[in-house]
Amino acid sequence: MHKAKRWLIAGILLLVLIVSGVYLSRVNIPVLEPKGPIADKEFRLLVTITSIMLIVVIPVFVLLFYVVWRYREDNPRRGKYVPEWEHSRLLEGLWWIIPAILITIVSVISWHATYALNPYNPIPSKNKAIDIQVISMDWKWLFIYPRQHIASVNLFEMPVNTPVHFYLTSDAPMNAFWLPQLSGQIFTMAGMQTQLYIMANVKGSYVGRSANISGIGFASMQFTAKAVSNKSFNIWVNNKRNSSPKLTIAAYKALDRPSSYVAPRYYSDPAKGLFIDVIGKYIIPAGQGVAL
Amino acid sequence: MNLNVFGSLLGKLSFRYLPHDPITVSGAIMMVLVPIALVVFLTVTKRWKWLYKEWLTTLDPKRIGVMYIVVAVAMGLRGLSDVILVRTQQAISVGNSHGILSASHFQQIVSAHGTIMIFFVAMGLMFGMINMIVPLQIGARDVAFPFLNATSFWLFFAGMVLINISLVIGDFSATGWLAYPPLSELKYSPTVGVDYWIWSLEIAGAGSLLSGINFLVTILKKRVKGMSLMKMPMFCWGVLGSMSLVAFAFPILTITLILLSLDRTLGTHFFTAGGGGNMMMYVNLIWAWGHPEVYILILPAFGVFSEIVSTYARKKLFGYTSMVWAIWSIVVLSFIVWLHHFFTMGAGSDVNGFFGIMTMIIAVPTGVKLFNWLFTLYKGKLNFKTPLYWFIGFAIIFTIGGMAGVLMAVPPIDFQLHNSLFLIAHFHMMIVSGVLFGDFAAIVYWLPKFTGFKLNERLGRYSFWLWLVGFLMAFLPLYVLGFMGATRRLDHYSASLGWQPLFIVAAIGVVFIIGGVVMMFVQLGYSIWTRKKHLAGSDPWDGRTLEWSLPTPIPFYNFARLPHVTSKDPFWYLKHRGGHKIAQGEYEPIEIPKNTPLAMVIAAGAFIFGFSIVWHIWWLAPIGLLTSIVTIIVRSMDEHPNFVLSASEVKQLDEKYGSAA
Amino acid sequence: MSDLVPSAQVDVKEVNRLIERNDEDNTTIFGFWVYLMTDCVLFGSLFAVFTVLRNNTFGGPGGAVLFSLPYALIETLSLLTSSFTCGLAVLSAQRKSKKQTVFWFVVTFLLGATFLGLELTEFHKFIAGGNSWHRSGFLSSYFALVGTHGLHITIGLIWIAVMTGFILKRGINGLTMKRIRMLSLFWHFLDVVWIFIFTIVYLFGALHA
Repeated sequence: MHKAKRWLIAGILLLVLIVSGVYLSRVNIPVLEPKGPIADKEFRLLVTITSIMLIVVIPVFVLLFYVVWRYREDNPRRGKYVPEWEHSRLLEGLWWIIPAILITIVSVISWHATYALNPYNPIPSKNKAIDIQVISMDWKWLFIYPRQHIASVNLFEMPVNTPVHFYLTSDAPMNAFWLPQLSGQIFTMAGMQTQLYIMANVKGSYVGRSANISGIGFASMQFTAKAVSNKSFNIWVNNKRNSSPKLTIAAYKALDRPSSYVAPRYYSDPAKGLFIDVIGKYIIPAGQGVAL
Repeated sequence: MNLNVFGSLLGKLSFRYLPHDPITVSGAIMMVLVPIALVVFLTVTKRWKWLYKEWLTTLDPKRIGVMYIVVAVAMGLRGLSDVILVRTQQAISVGNSHGILSASHFQQIVSAHGTIMIFFVAMGLMFGMINMIVPLQIGARDVAFPFLNATSFWLFFAGMVLINISLVIGDFSATGWLAYPPLSELKYSPTVGVDYWIWSLEIAGAGSLLSGINFLVTILKKRVKGMSLMKMPMFCWGVLGSMSLVAFAFPILTITLILLSLDRTLGTHFFTAGGGGNMMMYVNLIWAWGHPEVYILILPAFGVFSEIVSTYARKKLFGYTSMVWAIWSIVVLSFIVWLHHFFTMGAGSDVNGFFGIMTMIIAVPTGVKLFNWLFTLYKGKLNFKTPLYWFIGFAIIFTIGGMAGVLMAVPPIDFQLHNSLFLIAHFHMMIVSGVLFGDFAAIVYWLPKFTGFKLNERLGRYSFWLWLVGFLMAFLPLYVLGFMGATRRLDHYSASLGWQPLFIVAAIGVVFIIGGVVMMFVQLGYSIWTRKKHLAGSDPWDGRTLEWSLPTPIPFYNFARLPHVTSKDPFWYLKHRGGHKIAQGEYEPIEIPKNTPLAMVIAAGAFIFGFSIVWHIWWLAPIGLLTSIVTIIVRSMDEHPNFVLSASEVKQLDEKYGSAA
Repeated sequence: MSDLVPSAQVDVKEVNRLIERNDEDNTTIFGFWVYLMTDCVLFGSLFAVFTVLRNNTFGGPGGAVLFSLPYALIETLSLLTSSFTCGLAVLSAQRKSKKQTVFWFVVTFLLGATFLGLELTEFHKFIAGGNSWHRSGFLSSYFALVGTHGLHITIGLIWIAVMTGFILKRGINGLTMKRIRMLSLFWHFLDVVWIFIFTIVYLFGALHA
């Protein structure tokens, strides 16, 4: 009976492992499948730190199971019972010092990585970075290409192997811009600007979303990032510039009305200084030169 | 009657704020029916007088502790029903289906779940436990300020009522459990939801702050002679650390909530977008409270594990001094890590780097505690009762969660995991295993001390396994979902993302957890039913600390004669080494605080104040405030708040109840 | 505590009770210190908020325009003096002189009320000039910080009034003495907080042109 129960449990566990293994090998796990240098470095860092921590965690588990198995009262081969043993300078020293050493190592790695992966760092590349201004709105993302003179909602394209330099702000509650296959998050905040560099090494279509709750349409703040060849990027830009309505101040105000699950749409000729005005309207009193 | 006058009398309150959609209506009906059922029950069984005299007006910390725990358990069920709705919604709201809840309702439930679980469940269980155990463990007859203690409880209760009223009238905050502005500002959250959130936490938080002061002073000043700090039970050390954190952290919460409320009611610009406000200041302030809060909850639970591990291993706690140092390292460090909650703000590398390192350092003292527990078990003689199961469950889950925590302490990794479900899995693993499992273990461990019977072991084990399996099923998938790009608080997602199977597994995990919870009630009921068969006596576990030396049930004055303490684990030494009795010396008169309803009145005033601010009923707010203030003054005028038991009465009672060891 | 020294005539048990009483008083006063520390954290948070928002005038006036140093100095003097008279009240209470204690508390109350009146007048002036708390983050934080102090002063005034009545009714005994000590701690604490407000808000504010 007891043995049968054990086999049953082992069988169930094995089944769970197999099913989850098969499942996980078939789905897309963006953080673990980076498609750009930044996300890639972040992923490698994750693997490194996890491995270092396993140095402590595995012994803890082994020790835990060993101790509770060996010293349980009804174990006929129970180890010696020493009720007064309460202190060992050596042992306690060990588990102050060994974790401390490991944490020191992790800290050094972390410190360097924090500098190396500062989202404001430009990505070295022979291609010149493309600027995109990002505004999180209620509840959609607006991407303005100031040099290409187009703008798009909830979808943007970029040439592959070319760095993209984002300037981000919010015309809504705080959001976080997250495109896990290409880079980690950065907040978008009204009246403030943050920056982020990303680059895609592989052509493809990547899903991003807001990671910070921003109201009832929050779940719909999903966007698509397409990494395409240089040529098709230019075609896309020209196409949108020629065939889309202008993003005037009035058009912006219309777009600014709360809406959820917005399908991608495009604009040409964004009003000059629109991005700056969106920031400015939160830091300069109304009627003092901000168009919005 | 002029409707306008009537309207302004009620502020913003009106019938149109009663709930409409079926799920909210049923929640509201529950919130109305449960109190009505209670009232009917009390009336039919004629227990009003009993309730009033024995419980509502009591100043006895043991009873106040029970009331804390009852409220916390009730709130736990509410928090759990929130979970059921959230998990159901996320399992089915995919692609074309939008599930059973509207986005706004879903977000309210998510926010309520977090708020209730932290403030009214975890805090309630913790303060209940502290009230019941700390005075006994330090050989005290009472806390330092008994009336203040009752006031704290009733403020906690008032906050609890306020947050639940939001189910019946109005709505709740839909901004996440910490209500970041500008989303929580009037512009984006114009309804009363955030105000309910603010004032319920403000009132309950004031109670917590007062409790913090009270127990800090109790532990430092009311220890029995001979119990130096370094001879204190480890639970008391955990509580001391936690209460110090309360004293430093809760004032920050108090002020932050007030400022947010001022923004919403008086139009100030502290955290607004525009007007010269600074929203990130709120985020800094709330986490300057919020991170210590985690340790406020967890340090007492660590203390519980220390007691349990040592008692059931039948061995002295290993590395006592290390443990104390570990606690205080955690206390200090917990105040310099708050920024790790928003590495993604775009701060400089130096700032992020610093806070990242400080965060990782906390892993060291925490690890030390874990090793010390393991080495307490090592060379022990393990009495394998359910509290040890909970400990082992904790050790496994906490270690996995802790590893995830160190990962997220590295800022670039956090950029990828922040606010994702990975984070949700991490902190649930920390708080549920660290705090809740600790509380569960504590209940099994200490309950016999108060009731005289043990809980059924077999049912307890069933409950444990259901919890463990359910918990792993509910949260391991969330780690993966985080890697898959799923963020928290999503009421809907696209089918193409491939998240649904994992959400369904998580939902099944919740079913197991519900099974575990049901099993706990079955266990309690069955144990009460068969209590005669497993009477516990006064010392069922071969206890080590002073509380086990008392007769069960514990007399209201705790110690007839004050115990004499010369070492750690005094009771264990008495039993196993012989030697002097713990209770020594002559009987002496004891002063006991009289029961009083005034603590309740103070809290009622605070409740009226909070409620009227939520609904902008301006004439009522000062009345509430004045009620509280006048009651405090009245209480301060009371010349005889205590009654005195003479030495001979104490002796008589002691002989009647059975003398302490 | 010279009255606690046991002499030959005193019952030892009675002395023990007195010592215990004294311990309890110390516990209460220690508890009050802990409370004051939490209040320190509260004011500390408000100072932090003020420091963050002090330049966020959003086109409105800053401290240099609004604050008048001589006015703030008068406020400071009235509060400092009240702290001094509060100290005199405690000294009188220690000498068990009920009349003097009451007298000095009345003086303290009047000075405190003067301070509060001055503060409210200043608030009124700002609000009437269109510079209320809605005007800017800076003004919000100013009103919150100074207002919270004012609120504490109000509570202190209520306490002084109640305490005075209490002394008149009960005279000066162990209990009243304990409370007088706590009241004076509270009042001095508010004085210290004000010194910081005066320096950080008014002095720096007025100098930062």
